[in-house]
Amino acid sequence: MRAEDILVPMPSGLCCKPGGFHIDPTRPVDKALITHGHSDHARAGHGAVLATQETLDIMRLRYGDDFAGSTQTIRYGESAKLGDVTVSFHPAGHVLGSAQIKVERKGLRVVASGDYKDLPDPTCTPFELVPCDVFITEATFGLPVFRHHDAPGETAKLLRSVELFSERAHLVGAYSLGKAQRVIAMLRAAGYDKTIYLHGAMEKITAYYQERGIDLGPVELVRGTKKAELAGTITICPPSAMSDLWSRRFPDPVLAFASGWMRVRARARQRGITLPLVISDHADWDGLTSTIATTGCSEVWVTHGEEEALVHWAHMQGLKARPLAIVGYGDEEESENPAPAEIDSGADA
Amino acid sequence: MNRFAELLDRLAYEPGRNNKLRLIADYLRKTEDPDRGYALAAMTGALSFKNAKAGMIRALIAERTDPALFALSYDYVGDLSETVALMWQPVPLPPRSGGEGLGVGGDLAPQKKVPPTPDPSPPFASQMWGGEKNRRNDPSPTLTDVVETLSTLGKAQLPAQMARWLDALDENGRWALLKLVTGGLRIGVSARLAKTAAASLGGKEPDEIEIIWPGLAPPYLELFAWLEGRGDKPLNRDPAPFRPAMLAHAIEETDFTALDPADFSAEWKWDGIRVQAVAGRDEDGHVVARLYSRTGEDISKSFPDLLESLRLPAAIDGELLILRDGRVQSFNVLQQRLNRKTVTPKLTAEFPTHLRAYDLLAEGDDDLREHPFEQRRARLQAFIEKLADPRIDLSPLVPFQTWDQLIAARANPAEGGAGLDADAVEGVMLKRRDAPYLPGRPKGPWWKWKRDPMIVDAVLMYAQRGHGKRSSFYSDYTFGVWNGDDQLVPVGKAYFGFTDEELSQIDRFVRRNTVNKFGPVREVTHEADTGLVLEVAFEGLQRSTRHKSGIAMRFPRINRLRWDKPPREADRLETLEKMLDKSATSDPLVPAQAGTQGQSA
Repeated sequence: MRAEDILVPMPSGLCCKPGGFHIDPTRPVDKALITHGHSDHARAGHGAVLATQETLDIMRLRYGDDFAGSTQTIRYGESAKLGDVTVSFHPAGHVLGSAQIKVERKGLRVVASGDYKDLPDPTCTPFELVPCDVFITEATFGLPVFRHHDAPGETAKLLRSVELFSERAHLVGAYSLGKAQRVIAMLRAAGYDKTIYLHGAMEKITAYYQERGIDLGPVELVRGTKKAELAGTITICPPSAMSDLWSRRFPDPVLAFASGWMRVRARARQRGITLPLVISDHADWDGLTSTIATTGCSEVWVTHGEEEALVHWAHMQGLKARPLAIVGYGDEEESENPAPAEIDSGADA
Repeated sequence: MNRFAELLDRLAYEPGRNNKLRLIADYLRKTEDPDRGYALAAMTGALSFKNAKAGMIRALIAERTDPALFALSYDYVGDLSETVALMWQPVPLPPRSGGEGLGVGGDLAPQKKVPPTPDPSPPFASQMWGGEKNRRNDPSPTLTDVVETLSTLGKAQLPAQMARWLDALDENGRWALLKLVTGGLRIGVSARLAKTAAASLGGKEPDEIEIIWPGLAPPYLELFAWLEGRGDKPLNRDPAPFRPAMLAHAIEETDFTALDPADFSAEWKWDGIRVQAVAGRDEDGHVVARLYSRTGEDISKSFPDLLESLRLPAAIDGELLILRDGRVQSFNVLQQRLNRKTVTPKLTAEFPTHLRAYDLLAEGDDDLREHPFEQRRARLQAFIEKLADPRIDLSPLVPFQTWDQLIAARANPAEGGAGLDADAVEGVMLKRRDAPYLPGRPKGPWWKWKRDPMIVDAVLMYAQRGHGKRSSFYSDYTFGVWNGDDQLVPVGKAYFGFTDEELSQIDRFVRRNTVNKFGPVREVTHEADTGLVLEVAFEGLQRSTRHKSGIAMRFPRINRLRWDKPPREADRLETLEKMLDKSATSDPLVPAQAGTQGQSA
């Protein structure tokens, strides 16, 4: 019994032949198990989709009601039998509804972790460690320079800047699913209780988080707010909006960006960011290595990201390790462009 | 160190001068003595640590990391200090859970975070926030700890001390420490800017600090006490102090009607560096000589050759120039003498400095600044004769009775009296005969009237988004002219000269006429019949091997938008070649330095 008899990496994603399904396929398939709602993992057009309630809801919000032929909900900790394999979903701590998927056949346990983080996030269920034989991991931040363990320190930095530059607006670039809501929740946890403004692209997902009982305090769409009223405020927007005409409605904005990429200075400078905030929804180097070590796995597969360093590290630990180089993951940022309507409404504001 | 590290971090990203000032002032206000004083010293370049070199940092990180992981990381980050700051793994490692028997190497082991236990807790239960920060037991060093320790520490003990500090600091703190000790903060803050921020603490003018600065030393306790109203103004006991410079306004054609030529005298405006050369006697009667920039920075170290000529106690306002065989060299030549770390005898021989004097602020114990210009000028003339030094001469007056005569002299300095030095003249200065020497830029007594710039019509080829307020605007423009093959070749880059209204017009044009995108840069339509012609003004041309066109412009800016002109009618490279031949003043022995930036002084 080999892991390859359970899951095979294919160009279209991870395929489980005995179970007749794919995990996070990058092209339409008959049956898909989806780890979380980011568009590089959750695509429209599959025959049947099995995922958590939140992931299905998010896909519906993004793609419309007919995003899949049929859907089936599964809860954290719940198991399902597909062919002769057993699958179960476990919290990944990445975004609301995100899951790791354990696939078990004849005693061999493979965990496809999707995207995950092992740090606190007030907007989603904490990461659960799932012991396994083969651990399939991402490596978005798979270099020992990526360390983002102090997210509260970063929001404190943002609040100090808002206090100092009270006549300017602060724009915080953040991915619209997960990061935006996490930043808002963290600002609340730090005691910031003023209205937080939103770019239109954030509206639906943020409202959904609130519906699910996540307290984000007073949030409002920024559209229609007068320039002068935006002095001293915080607005959350997609990263691409900060260099759009849209940003001109703000008084002398301070450009912040909440991302693990902000750890590297050149990355922040290329984007013209003046207030980088190292806040990530992915595991950092310490998170990746400690998670791999703690699962007790003897083999690691790396789906995407900076796989070379992580594979090298795993080899040094005496683990079997291989990169899968799945094409199409890690593009969430690229899909974050605001809808054209939003750009147009910005031009005349 | 943490607060200082956060300040450096924010300054490194912040392009706006006023915002930098705010950040520095806020830091100085909220930080205790003596930390803030050492921070001010670091920003004004008053600190230097000889022993910390890149090689030592490399050796330190090599002890802590796997070479392959370091190589991959360095390759990704691209900066040694930053890579080390991020990768540094503190020892000893805190105990970690799980993973027994994996043989984790001490260098690589994750040092934090026990992964949450597999407890199916309710989704939105309150989360633990604590424990993420300040996991270490040892307090991190303060800036004062670092500066004071380094000032006494021997070279041999340095690596171990650095390792202890790196262990105790977080990523940002380590980055700041490495920047501080290896020298050169490179955060876009001049000494002047840092002093201006300090002055704002007490609502003072930066010149007040400049005047007393030479008598001060880190951590500047007296200075802060004075700024915060807790103490007297520190006295400058420096025998050769700086006196705030008097600056001129640019004159407009319309100003002349209100001015009487009889009230003014005129001088050439030399294309060099404005300096103040001061000499005085210390308590033992020895002559102390210093050279200051017009903002009061002590630049004596860069010009030891000129310093020797300042033998008599006085304060001269004048222009620093390079003279070869009695002839003033172009600013391009002077630039090659500037910003050199070490001044070698070879450099001073090849680029001999000279002071062309145009004002005398003090002589011996006499402060002359209250006297009218005419009297100061007479004292200056007598003083220069008495000094009789070949390196210091008097800037001649330009004779004129009517504005028309002055216009003619300005249009043709060679005929107007500047002779062979005409190429180093960048216009004329007008000074009221009865005006005292006033600090700052008072309107009326002094006017500068620059030569007309050179102008070409060029075609916009590429546009890049700006920074700060301009981050949503395409505000940096690369423009070109036609070459012999009827191709456009880039000849320069400009990012100012236009109004806000023109900026938004160009921005709109760029967005609608983009043919290619390269990151923040857009290639814009530039065909014979479609494209935007920019009238570009500049101060001079020089040969450049860095530019494809072989030409670099000095101080280019957008003069006008020529919406009316089709690109085919823009200028050709030959036109620039002709201008270059005409204006060529650079010495053929010295290759012209590439670069288009204007003079800084």
